[in-house]
Amino acid sequence: MASLSSYLILSALLFCLGLSAVLIRRNAILILAGIELMLNAANLNFIAFWRFGPHPESLDGLLFVLFSIAIAAAEAAVGLALVIAVYRHHRTADPNKIRELKG
Amino acid sequence: MKDIVHILWLIPLLPLLAAGALALAPRLGKRSVSFLAVGALAASCVLSVLALWATLGESEGEGEVWRQTVNFPWFSMGAAFMEIGWVLDPLAAVMAALVSFVGCMIFLFSVGYMASDKQYARFFCLMSFFAAAMLGLTIANSLLLLFICWELVGAASYLLIGFWTRKPGAAAAAKKAFIVTRIGDLGFFIGMLWLSSASGTLLFYDEGKGCLEESALTSLGAQTALFGLAVPAALTWLVLWGAMGKSGQAPLHVWLPDAMEGPTPVSALIHAATMVAAGIFLLARIYPLASIAGDAVSFDPLAAAAWIGSLTALFGAIVAVAQTDIKRILAYSTISQLGYMMLGLGAGGPATAMFHLLTHAFFKALLFLGAGSVIHACRGEQDIRRLGGLRPCMPFTFACYAVGMLALSGFPLLSGFWSKDAVLHEAGAWNPSQLPFFFGLAGAFLTAFYMSRQMVYVFFGENRARTENRQSSTRPKENDAMMTLPLLVLAAGAALLGFIGTPALPAFQSYLEGQALETSAGVLWEAKTLGLLLLSSVIALAGIFFGWLLYRPSRFHPATQEDPLRRMLPRCYRWAENQFFVDELYQRTVLRGLRFLGDLAEIVDRRMWERAGRLCAAFVRGIAWIARLADEGLANAGLDRFCLSVRRIAALLAKIQNGRIQSYLKIAGASLAIVALVFAWLRS
Repeated sequence: MASLSSYLILSALLFCLGLSAVLIRRNAILILAGIELMLNAANLNFIAFWRFGPHPESLDGLLFVLFSIAIAAAEAAVGLALVIAVYRHHRTADPNKIRELKG
Repeated sequence: MKDIVHILWLIPLLPLLAAGALALAPRLGKRSVSFLAVGALAASCVLSVLALWATLGESEGEGEVWRQTVNFPWFSMGAAFMEIGWVLDPLAAVMAALVSFVGCMIFLFSVGYMASDKQYARFFCLMSFFAAAMLGLTIANSLLLLFICWELVGAASYLLIGFWTRKPGAAAAAKKAFIVTRIGDLGFFIGMLWLSSASGTLLFYDEGKGCLEESALTSLGAQTALFGLAVPAALTWLVLWGAMGKSGQAPLHVWLPDAMEGPTPVSALIHAATMVAAGIFLLARIYPLASIAGDAVSFDPLAAAAWIGSLTALFGAIVAVAQTDIKRILAYSTISQLGYMMLGLGAGGPATAMFHLLTHAFFKALLFLGAGSVIHACRGEQDIRRLGGLRPCMPFTFACYAVGMLALSGFPLLSGFWSKDAVLHEAGAWNPSQLPFFFGLAGAFLTAFYMSRQMVYVFFGENRARTENRQSSTRPKENDAMMTLPLLVLAAGAALLGFIGTPALPAFQSYLEGQALETSAGVLWEAKTLGLLLLSSVIALAGIFFGWLLYRPSRFHPATQEDPLRRMLPRCYRWAENQFFVDELYQRTVLRGLRFLGDLAEIVDRRMWERAGRLCAAFVRGIAWIARLADEGLANAGLDRFCLSVRRIAALLAKIQNGRIQSYLKIAGASLAIVALVFAWLRS
């Protein structure tokens, strides 16, 4: 069985991947996808710490992750709907072109 | 009857109320205006006569004058307070009765004279105001109150002389009267302030504390002013100065002839009873003060009054001889007669002066109203060369005028004879010099002469106004009763009033001085008295005779011939005709001096002050320039730079807020990373 740190490294890579997608991509949908990746990196951490933690038999880490996935699903639904609404309004899905919040 | 002193204030108040009412309701009908004005003055007259009645027979007969006063504090200044009040004594009572009675006659005459004037109500308003001020002057018991009324009289005379405001001559005359009398008032005012500081009170009589009573007089007499002049003498000099201005004494007489520009009743009021008499009255009022001033003979103000009076008497008479304006002759005659009063006051005493004032008021009012009647009938013609032959047309006016003329000339047994004789008697007995007496005699001769000249010019011969332009003029007619009745009353007074003060029965004098009346028929037959009476009769008759001789119609025709006096004494006549060039002298000296001063002031103003002002301005501008430099170089620049840097920092910070979500996130991420690194570094 692989060690805890290999899981953590994987999840960190995954998080960096998602973060760089969020920071760099010019499409709102792909930014959402980046967010999903970061979320799943966190989920992976939950699972890893649960499995290598002092009470692997208590299932509470699994419970966290299940909730997180459910919330992520809801978030993806709301986020996609928002993206579609923004697109309809601005005729673009590039967040850099939507600058109405500029101070 | 004894308490009439408590309502004495009503005497001036009633005309004053009438004046106020007329001022507030200028659109009143003529009938109600006349009723109001004449009624108020008539009521004052009744009160004055009652007051006079109350003072009659009250004297104790030892030179103590019966006197009642009412004083009350007017205002207070710190601890001191100013008291004013009124006094009832023979002097005040006689003067108030005289002013209100003669004033009443003049008012009645004015009702007829001014009937066609558009500003009827204004005229009576001013006349009432004038009468009120003069009546206040007569009963004043405080020099301050007297001064206030004195000035009100001056202001009212200004308004009345300039009554016909559209006449430039009237406006100039009004100004002249006001300014010239003001020059005199200056002396009066200084004297009043001095008296106030020297004696501590301005009340005349205040139960022993007034400034004309024993204690104040002795304390004043002990003080000396400049050059060893006693304080009372100095004060009397100052008051004399004021009286000279008001009473038209030379050299301050110049306003009086010009005052003829006003309506004739105004002339009568000013010349007969009121304004010009105020100066004599004032001196008579402060006579106790003046009489203790006689110690220093060289500075004696009463002697000066006698000299001024005699010179003025002669001067006025000489000038009157050569005048051609009917009112101007009377004006110079007034100046001359005021000179007699002044002479009587200086040489004799207040009783003599007041006696002449009283008789003069009657006959001069009569003459002025008679002249007004003539002018009214002849449609404003005042030049005696263009009048004439009025005797058959206006017999009544002629008769009254003749009485006035004879009284003024000193025709035996008429009032002017007795009063002028009293003045001359005192002048003859005057110790310092006999010269004023001879001046007075010469003046008396000339008075008779110029009055007879005027009579002949106006009432005898043919009517020259009619012969010149037959078409325009109709035959002058006698005026109606409204104007002739006052003439009759005044004529009666002018004829008979002298008998209250004959040498044999000096009722008036003893009444005024509080002496017991002594009937002394023997005095009449004493050589000196009788001689003087005969002398003045002869002089008066001679004057009248010469006047008739020179100007009688059978010999002299004014329309074609020049004045016989001009032919006989051309140079003297020229001087008299031009009033001794006094006006021109003032023009050359006083006015030119004033103009020179004005020019000087202008030069100083322009050369000096303007330059100084410019220098100041340049200096201020220099300071302002330095201040501007400091402001811009230091304060502004520093602040500007600070503001600029703030703005740059702000611009820098604003760039972060670019609205790009991703850049926000980048910053947030970088910050997070830095924080994480710092924590990690701290932990290790």
